[in-house]
Amino acid sequence: MKPPALHSPWQQARVQLYQRPLALAALTVLLAVVAVAVVGPLLSSYDFATPSWDEIYQAPSLRHWLGTDALGRDQLVRVLWGCRISLLVGVAASLVSVAIGVLWGATAGYAGGATDSMMMRFVDILYTVPFIPLVVVMTVLFGRNFLLVFVAIGAVSWLDIARIVRGQTLSLKQREFIEAARALGVRTPTMIVRHLVPNLIGVVIIYATLTVPTVILFEAFLSFLGLGVHAPLASLGSLVSDGADHLQSQPYLLTAPAVLLALIIACFSYLGDGLRDALDPRTHR
Amino acid sequence: MKEAALEVRGLTVRFALAGARQRVLQAVTDVSFSVPRGETLGIVGESGSGKSTIARALLRLVPASGGVAWFKGVDLLALKDEPLRAMREHLQIIFQDPLASLDPRMRVAQIIEEPLLEFRPRMDPRARRNRVLAMMERVGLLPAHLNRYPHEFSGGQAQRIGIARALVLEPELLVCDEPISALDVSIKSQIANLLKDLQLQLQLSVIFIAHDLAAVRFSCERVLVLYLGRVMEIAPRDALFSAPRHPYTQALLQSVPIADPKRARARLEAPIVGEIPSPLSPPSGCVFRTRCPIVQARCAEQVPQLRAVGASEVACHRAGEGPSER
Amino acid sequence: MSNAPLLQVYDLSVSYPSRAGTICALDAVSLELSPGEFLGIVGESGSGKTQLLLAMLGLSAQGAQLSGSINYRGQELVGATERSLAAVRGRRIGMIFQDPMTALNPYLTVGTQLTEGVRVHYGLGRKAARRRAIELLEAVQIPEPERRLGQHPHELSGGMRQRVVIAMALICEPEILLADEPTTALDVTVQAQILALLRELRARTRAAIMLVTHDLGVIAEVADRVLVMYAGRVVEQAGVEQLFASARHPYTLGLRRSIADLDGPLPERLPSIGGNPPNPAALPPGCAFAPRCPQAFERCLSAPPPLVNIAPGHARACYFEGPLEALAP
Repeated sequence: MKPPALHSPWQQARVQLYQRPLALAALTVLLAVVAVAVVGPLLSSYDFATPSWDEIYQAPSLRHWLGTDALGRDQLVRVLWGCRISLLVGVAASLVSVAIGVLWGATAGYAGGATDSMMMRFVDILYTVPFIPLVVVMTVLFGRNFLLVFVAIGAVSWLDIARIVRGQTLSLKQREFIEAARALGVRTPTMIVRHLVPNLIGVVIIYATLTVPTVILFEAFLSFLGLGVHAPLASLGSLVSDGADHLQSQPYLLTAPAVLLALIIACFSYLGDGLRDALDPRTHR
Repeated sequence: MKEAALEVRGLTVRFALAGARQRVLQAVTDVSFSVPRGETLGIVGESGSGKSTIARALLRLVPASGGVAWFKGVDLLALKDEPLRAMREHLQIIFQDPLASLDPRMRVAQIIEEPLLEFRPRMDPRARRNRVLAMMERVGLLPAHLNRYPHEFSGGQAQRIGIARALVLEPELLVCDEPISALDVSIKSQIANLLKDLQLQLQLSVIFIAHDLAAVRFSCERVLVLYLGRVMEIAPRDALFSAPRHPYTQALLQSVPIADPKRARARLEAPIVGEIPSPLSPPSGCVFRTRCPIVQARCAEQVPQLRAVGASEVACHRAGEGPSER
Repeated sequence: MSNAPLLQVYDLSVSYPSRAGTICALDAVSLELSPGEFLGIVGESGSGKTQLLLAMLGLSAQGAQLSGSINYRGQELVGATERSLAAVRGRRIGMIFQDPMTALNPYLTVGTQLTEGVRVHYGLGRKAARRRAIELLEAVQIPEPERRLGQHPHELSGGMRQRVVIAMALICEPEILLADEPTTALDVTVQAQILALLRELRARTRAAIMLVTHDLGVIAEVADRVLVMYAGRVVEQAGVEQLFASARHPYTLGLRRSIADLDGPLPERLPSIGGNPPNPAALPPGCAFAPRCPQAFERCLSAPPPLVNIAPGHARACYFEGPLEALAP
């Protein structure tokens, strides 16, 4: 029986991924959550921001599937908006930090020597910065700003990626096809873009996928402390924070955002694991 | 003798090892040779001989510690930056492990095209594609292979891709670092034939590095024997194989298994004892003296220089002595 | 001394599942090994030669399916329990692996690794085991054996490591020694030493040796009988002089002729076998060598040819009856 023709490494990876039901399930769930978060609020007649004073603290009912919050706003719509914000922040901040981290790490790894040392010492120094106090200071200086949240999170998350990419670049540098490219006189920027980045993408995708839950959780943490998104916008984190305040009296306010937050984080983690197995060339052959 | 495409004099490569003790690895010491235009020079040696280091030093992939290499009127080892890059168009290399030397994320078309992108940036894409196809045909690949990835090929085919990449710019000098060692037995002769054909068609000057003496005999007109980073003997092929002058060359030739049971059994003792010394502390004087069957006192004191004995050049104090003196 | 075969392999087939489909590593392989005999097995990648050795000791990969029989002195090894196999391994059948660096544990001293075998199989105490280890190191011609016992593998050169691996295989005085490309990773001068050593050890210990290699020269140097394998099947089997003088399988002939000589006339082009080695996951329905065979005809595409005796002690698996032409270069 002829085996299927496996051409590109991407096709191979896709086949690998299909063989991992947990990762596939996680992907499906995530896509479903995204779909609902995007479409849901458009279908609802409720608005996430407008208060409705005669409807405050209502338990879940047919009118409000998840009840209402302290200002009478429909909790379901708020939770879906919370998903939107959390996912947006998670993915966007991850993309930014990945972009910075990859370029930093690949350049440091390929350049080697003093450049590498300097660049990675800078990363080490940033690691030591106490993060929460810094965000507090920035909030005091610039006020509560959605953009601030992005910057703060992005400034920290790129460090891990930079280290990982540098490590991968160091080992890639030893491989013979890089030597072959040097023998062709390929210049450093071209080398990084043409040879290193495509061979790094696998690792980057894995760690980007695993960075998203970290970022979401981090944003949730900031919101929980009151430093994240500001009212009337909500993220899952701020919803959890609000819900926690009313744990005794209105437990339903906490349940949905907490469950959703945990679900999203778990799904990204499983997906990341599955991608790592699928894309890691060592697990093949 | 023919005009030399490449003239190497006194090539030395030393590696400083990391660590507190500041040890130095003497990989290549004072190696001189020339590659006549349109011919193949074989470089043979065992592990630790420095043959791969010579290839990499010439391609400027590792820094040379000393010596000159005259190529196209300039010293390759002294070039830097842009002039060095420009020179690479004329000097290419094929590696031992065919699959490892190909970028696993690039298709065959992109791999063979890369040299053209680097050195003929203004070339029309269609002309480029045609050039790539023409080269593929020359090395025995099919147009259908254009869009495949390296892992889809066998070792022999992957080596053909590497050869196509190295020759697409039609360089003058080709360095082959153990091009057939990693291939299956039935494929070695295919690739050896291919390299010979291509050399004739493209009038290449070739340096053929190998440890397989029979392959070297087939492929090369002149042979250089290396031991622990130093030249032991350089000779025209026939002279080297029928009348080797250096004791190491003799031992090497006698060690190769003979594919004939009757003759093989007649040979009982291993022709040479001991193993290669560490390149970190090479023996004084002649580096081969620790294993040499005809060693004398002066071998520990003086490094033998290459001198002409018959058609060969030999680095041995005792080369040229008659049989009665051994 | 009895001439009854020590080892009889009958119709051995090994296959295992992989991402690319079921791989048939060995297909109906049969052979016999007599006491003191030196059997050479020659083949390239995909020939199944390594799988053959691994199957002897029950070391095939996880999930491998074995069928057929491996009979060692009346004991059936296919399907045997791990316990009975462990009793045989090392003690009665020793193995020399290809790469000495990976066959030796880098964290244990040479002495520990050497004495492990005798202490497990013979229950020797430390001093007795040490003495035996030194004896073996002397037998494999390692200078200063006492000092070596305390050294780690990375402190030894390649040739010496391989000698240690051979010593480990011999320490329990096995009747059969399996060697998987024992000299491939070594320099040619060291290879000559190791081959001479193997010949000498065989003369002294009377062990039967099964040596796998891709190098016909090595076969000529040491083997008494030869098995030529291609795509998991035996394609030719003969005494060593018979094989070199009158090979009758196109693959064997092609292989011999494609190897360059050190002396003799220099050809313009080396005769070579066209095509590529077989892919074990996608073998053709007929003879696996047919796509590359200059003599192939329709019958070759239908079913793999059976191994048939053509002279005393000489068998081959080929449908083609006529004279074998020289290969086109």
